[in-house]
Amino acid sequence: MELVEAIILAVLAASTPLLIAATGELVTERSGVLNLGVEGMMIVGAACGFAGAWLTGSILIGALFGIVAGTLMSLIFALMALGLAVNQVATGLALTILGIGLSGLIGAGFVGERITPAAHLYIPGLTDIPLIGRVLFGEDAFVYFSLALIVGVWWFLYRARPGLILRACGDSHVSAHALGYPVLRIRTFAVMFGGACAGLAGAYLPLAYTPFFIPGMTAGRGWIALALVVFSSWRPGRLVVGAYLFGAVTILQLHAQGWGVGIPSQFMSALPYLATVIVLVLLSRARTGGSTAPAALGTVFVPDR
Amino acid sequence: MLDPTPNGLHSGESPLLRTIGLTKRYGDFLANDSIDIDIWPKEIHALLGENGAGKSTLVKAIYGLIQPSAGEIRWQGQPIVLSGPSQARSRGIGMVFQHFSLFDNLTVAENVALGLDGRESFKDMSARLEQVSKTYGLPLDPRREVWQLSVGERQRIEIVRALMQDPKFLILDEPTAVLTPQEADQLFIVLERLKSEGRAILYISHKLDEVKRLCDTATILRGGKKIQTCNPRLETAASLARMMVGSEIRQVKAAAGRRTTVPRLVVNDLSLAPGEAHGVRLEHISFELKGGEILGIAGVAGNGQDELFAALSGERLAKDPGTVVIEGIAAGHLSITQRRKLGAAFVPEERLGHGTAPRMKLSENALLTGHAASGMVNHGFIDTAATLKTVDRATETFDVRKAKRDPEAASLSGGNLQKFIVGREILRNPAVLVVSQPTWGVDAGAAAVIRQALLDLATAGAAVLVTSQDLDELAEIADRIAVMFHGRLSAPLAASDATREKLGLLMGGSSLEPKEAAHAVGA
Repeated sequence: MELVEAIILAVLAASTPLLIAATGELVTERSGVLNLGVEGMMIVGAACGFAGAWLTGSILIGALFGIVAGTLMSLIFALMALGLAVNQVATGLALTILGIGLSGLIGAGFVGERITPAAHLYIPGLTDIPLIGRVLFGEDAFVYFSLALIVGVWWFLYRARPGLILRACGDSHVSAHALGYPVLRIRTFAVMFGGACAGLAGAYLPLAYTPFFIPGMTAGRGWIALALVVFSSWRPGRLVVGAYLFGAVTILQLHAQGWGVGIPSQFMSALPYLATVIVLVLLSRARTGGSTAPAALGTVFVPDR
Repeated sequence: MLDPTPNGLHSGESPLLRTIGLTKRYGDFLANDSIDIDIWPKEIHALLGENGAGKSTLVKAIYGLIQPSAGEIRWQGQPIVLSGPSQARSRGIGMVFQHFSLFDNLTVAENVALGLDGRESFKDMSARLEQVSKTYGLPLDPRREVWQLSVGERQRIEIVRALMQDPKFLILDEPTAVLTPQEADQLFIVLERLKSEGRAILYISHKLDEVKRLCDTATILRGGKKIQTCNPRLETAASLARMMVGSEIRQVKAAAGRRTTVPRLVVNDLSLAPGEAHGVRLEHISFELKGGEILGIAGVAGNGQDELFAALSGERLAKDPGTVVIEGIAAGHLSITQRRKLGAAFVPEERLGHGTAPRMKLSENALLTGHAASGMVNHGFIDTAATLKTVDRATETFDVRKAKRDPEAASLSGGNLQKFIVGREILRNPAVLVVSQPTWGVDAGAAAVIRQALLDLATAGAAVLVTSQDLDELAEIADRIAVMFHGRLSAPLAASDATREKLGLLMGGSSLEPKEAAHAVGA
């Protein structure tokens, strides 16, 4: 029982950064922009988040540092891909490379330092319930926030008019422009939201997951978040399921090694990507027409005036 | 103030909308050159002109999508500046776009909501949507996603969306270009009703018979300038066309002494299962087409014309090679390139995406169909000079108008791109030309050029197969006309014998002689 609880807790902790980063990217992609720089924005968020928390001693300020850093990174992307209409794939990849280098520079002075990690909730009585107590009532604030975030995004996309306009930009920027919507401005906000989420997801790692910073500590989570958005077929509900599934795979991979199960760990690491490919195939077979992905995803838009 | 009474009818009132000296400049190019136009309530006002005459630019300025470089727009007598479509909408100006401004993966209700200003709740809006669509007889299911709908239904969304703003003035950009004649008739009923409700309509078209039938006033644009405002009912189609084009439309003339020669394209009992879920099965299609002859295929869209084109071009292969014979060689199993090497050429219906790669240059598009048999490839390397020469020759021979020597295909207007595509294939001197909807959405001048080119090609000895929904076009150029219905092809009628009545019967699935019903047409 102890082990099951420990595994569930570990899965939740491992899934949370995936969920936060993927939520941001989902909004970005729903507006029709493909930002492949999630990994880069995350790692800069991790470095700045740790720096903020170490300098001020506050986890909250650390998290805000991460958010601001991720947003600034995404503004570089917005300037290139939206303002100058540069190819989005190339810009996103460049952003990742920039982010990895930049985070090493920012974080160099902090390697080896430790902070007190984010506190976990404790409600007397509730948190002490065996098995489910700590899982439901003993998490850190990031976990609860990530769930509130995805519910908020779902509400925004499907119940609020600005969300409808954002989805419309992702479906056909030409039509949205013809109806008078400021496509580039809407997309810039979506990209910034994606950057803020990626920065926060990155900051989660040194602030809550491990209480120290090491270069390259995102270790491909940004790429998994990107795969996750595709896996979820751009739907918030499936995104939650996918995030916990992918988080579970990364944890099980560790335990499988510990138990001596004869599956190569590389295969387990590749599972999220394999699952994404399979989901894509199944989706395209199940649907008879229309488009699962935002139809304008990744295409450059230059309004005529 | 300025010219207060343009005609006696409206003296004392001011027009609903008036443009004064409206000018739009793109670099050195004057898309609109000082245009004055008056729109009155209870008026259907036609805006006529060839492609590139400046019609779309003018209405975009009136709808606030682009800002005029000079001139003034007055709404109910007051000068206004429209910085965006929402301002135009809030004043009561609505627009139905030619290329629909719809979102394929959103529902009908969501699409309508996006065209409104969002002051009412989604639920209220949906209720009003149902009410408006019922009032005007434009049925729509608000929950369906747009990609599932037909072109006619999509246009209904656009119209309902515009009507829900209760516009005083509605702009329709070539609304019938994509409609069947029956759908167009229904649209005219709606437009007449809107007019009787006191609204004004600006109707962009180049279908002159429609304009004469529907419109009270017509303003003709040419080369960005206003040529004249007139009453289309007092004009003839020929006089309107003359104003649009600026000269007499060339009468398409078949050269005398055209002789049919050997069979160049033969189809023997071709049957083919549909390639996609909603496709049509081709059933026992047979015909023989000789050199020097033009065979027209009529029929309502979606009766197997696309499938026949794919089977002839080699986009889909037949099981039995002998079902398609090109120049005496069984070709049913051959690829597109192999068929081109036999001397065949193909012009599909869809210009962008099928006939050309939209974002590639014309020279590259010339190479795409000419690489196998037109000497554009030299030891495996592209002969750029030869591809450019093809573009230049097509430009010269078929009067293709474009901004630079070798632009992207997508930057050409529909008519000019079609002239280029037809020209590209004809310059290869094909023995067999299969062409689908050669003048769909093309202005009168370009259509005449294309039809003449097809006639000249047949005179030179080629076999030409033309699929078209335009019966007048087939009557003008075809020697024989067959009708496609439910994947079957009727026996061809001589053009002189193919009356509208007979073709109409065949298009509806009836047979001309009861005796033939059993095997020729079926049910």
